[in-house]
Amino acid sequence: MAETDSTVPKRCDLEVEKLPDGGVRLTLSGAWTLSETLPSAEQVLVELAREPTPTYITFDAGELDRWESGLLTLLLKIRGECSSRGVPIRPEGLPDGVRRLLTLATAIPERKGARRDGTRPPFLVRVADATISTWNAVQEMLDFIGEAFLSGIRLFRGKARFRRSDFLLIVQECGAGSFGIVSLISLLVGLILAFVGAIQLQMFGAQLYVANLVGIGMVREMGAVMAGIIVTGRTGASFAAQLGTMQVNEEIDALQTLGIAPMDFLVLPRMLALCLMMPLLCLYADLMGVLGGFIVGVFMLDIPPAQYYLQTCGAVRLNDLFIGVFMSSVFGILIALTGCHRGIHCGRSASAVGVATTSAVVTGIVSIIVATAVITILCYIIGI
Amino acid sequence: MSAPTPKITVSNLTMAFGSYLVMQELSFTVNRGDIFIIMGGSGCGKSTLLRHLVGLQRPTAGTVLYEGSRTGFWEMAPEEREPVMRRFGMLFQSGALWSSLTLAENIALPLREYTRLSAADIRDLASLKLALVGLSGFEEYYPSEISGGMKKRAGLARAMALDPDILFFDEPSAGLDPISSRLLDDLILELRDSLGATIVVVTHELASLFAIGSNSVFLDPVSKRMIASGCPKQLLAESEDPRVLGFLTRGEDGLTTP
Ligand SMILES: Nc1ncnc2c1ncn2[C@@H]1O[C@H](COP(=O)(O)OP(=O)(O)OP(=O)(O)O)[C@@H](O)[C@H]1O
Ligand SMILES: [Mg+2]
Repeated sequence: MAETDSTVPKRCDLEVEKLPDGGVRLTLSGAWTLSETLPSAEQVLVELAREPTPTYITFDAGELDRWESGLLTLLLKIRGECSSRGVPIRPEGLPDGVRRLLTLATAIPERKGARRDGTRPPFLVRVADATISTWNAVQEMLDFIGEAFLSGIRLFRGKARFRRSDFLLIVQECGAGSFGIVSLISLLVGLILAFVGAIQLQMFGAQLYVANLVGIGMVREMGAVMAGIIVTGRTGASFAAQLGTMQVNEEIDALQTLGIAPMDFLVLPRMLALCLMMPLLCLYADLMGVLGGFIVGVFMLDIPPAQYYLQTCGAVRLNDLFIGVFMSSVFGILIALTGCHRGIHCGRSASAVGVATTSAVVTGIVSIIVATAVITILCYIIGI
Repeated sequence: MSAPTPKITVSNLTMAFGSYLVMQELSFTVNRGDIFIIMGGSGCGKSTLLRHLVGLQRPTAGTVLYEGSRTGFWEMAPEEREPVMRRFGMLFQSGALWSSLTLAENIALPLREYTRLSAADIRDLASLKLALVGLSGFEEYYPSEISGGMKKRAGLARAMALDPDILFFDEPSAGLDPISSRLLDDLILELRDSLGATIVVVTHELASLFAIGSNSVFLDPVSKRMIASGCPKQLLAESEDPRVLGFLTRGEDGLTTP
């Protein structure tokens, strides 16, 4: 390529000219750089299609200034068309570099069967594909739950292998790490519950019962649910992203080839950690929620502190506390399961990690709410 | 040949990660039309040097000066730096393909950002670049669906997308069979001869560095300095340094057939 920086290069141009002996001459001129809009091959293709078919194609590149790969794509297109019409090409007029690069571009023939056609399958086929893949996903999920269960059994028989330091790190990350946000959210939820209740109860002069409302509401349901939702967003998402990235980097495959079950090594410590930490976080959320109600009761409704305390103690039974704590353990397992499942079954690309994380959070929250509903109804039926 | 124009001038470059010194006082010049080889043992800082050259890492000391700019690369304002960087193409050691785009989209992305070409032209260009590295037919594949050597070649195709002025290749022939590796050497020579690119290559492949290299530096991890520079063939013939000779003869002293 001749570097002619001194003069402003001419615009690139392509001229097609019919020669008297039946050939076609293509005259290339100007600078064929990618910053220009390049001439299209259309006029050449039209000339090739016209009767009588040209006997050969020749080039004149005398005025060609400088060129980049845009010229090569055009020539490749013309060459493809020529060879399908059986028109010989006389490349002598092209610069040496162009000819050599064209040879290189065709040096390795296309591998048979590699090319994919971009056509969309018909509607019914797509419906069938979607159904099958949904069914497969359900099976995969059940499979995963089963595996997790077996892995839990291996743990109790002392055969599961994972690193204790990993486990402790996860405990710290999902337990102590969530403290701040759990405090803030549960305190505010307690406040909100008390506010809403106070406005209604004041109408009957029964504002003291705000303590019952907040106490039972927080301890039985809201403490666990709020802690669960926070942990899903924090820890469930981080599990999915972490395991998903490990999947992308073939780190999970590396574990498998060493005979270490990813289930034991990666999923089990996470499940255990959440199962242990969630009840603690739930208890803490209960406390903060009640504190929120206390603040409203004492400072807004002028209930004496001792009375609020006694009223709360009277209202909340031990059963309520157990139900809340039990629920939070269930949530812990659900969050760990969905997070790890999405992560381990993540695709091999950056966007797949994003999808895995999103769906871990969505599935986590949905399963928490569904589980709350089921447990609440069961408790109602049993009568506790 | 007329007097060479310096394309990249590195003077007194020192590279470090925090307090960990990687290399110090590197000074060399890459001329226009060079195929410049960076050699040295594994872990001695070749990839790090490339990252300094393309502007991904700030030198601890020293300057990197590009042709056409008056101040060093890192002394420029960020908006001045950008047009310089746009003339680069880089092949990363691990390919660094965008995993959620197909190979064709990987190559099309810079073209779409920086040129006004039509979608059809961009598609043709992407196919051409893939054909040049022997990957025609794989346009619609995702990076996770191709082999390691193919990823390397696809990364190379992406580096060439904008027909850059200066190309940086980090071990382009690692993971390739001898034939593909040979074709790659031809391609690199062609990129220089036909498209006028200047090329900086990190490579351990002796056959290839003798075949294509016109200039080089040799980094030594022990003294943390460059201990030799010049055309690889000449180094082999003239160098007295046992470290350099050992490297260039794979430790088999006496076998000196490039
Ligand atoms: N992000 C980083 N933080 C700290 N140290 C690093 C970092 N990246 C690289 N290093 C160190 O810098 C040194 C040089 O690394 P570099 O990747 O440049 O080696 P290399 O010469 O390219 O080796 P190879 O031939 O194996 O690719 C190594 O000793 C490495 O430990
Ligand atoms: Mg490296």
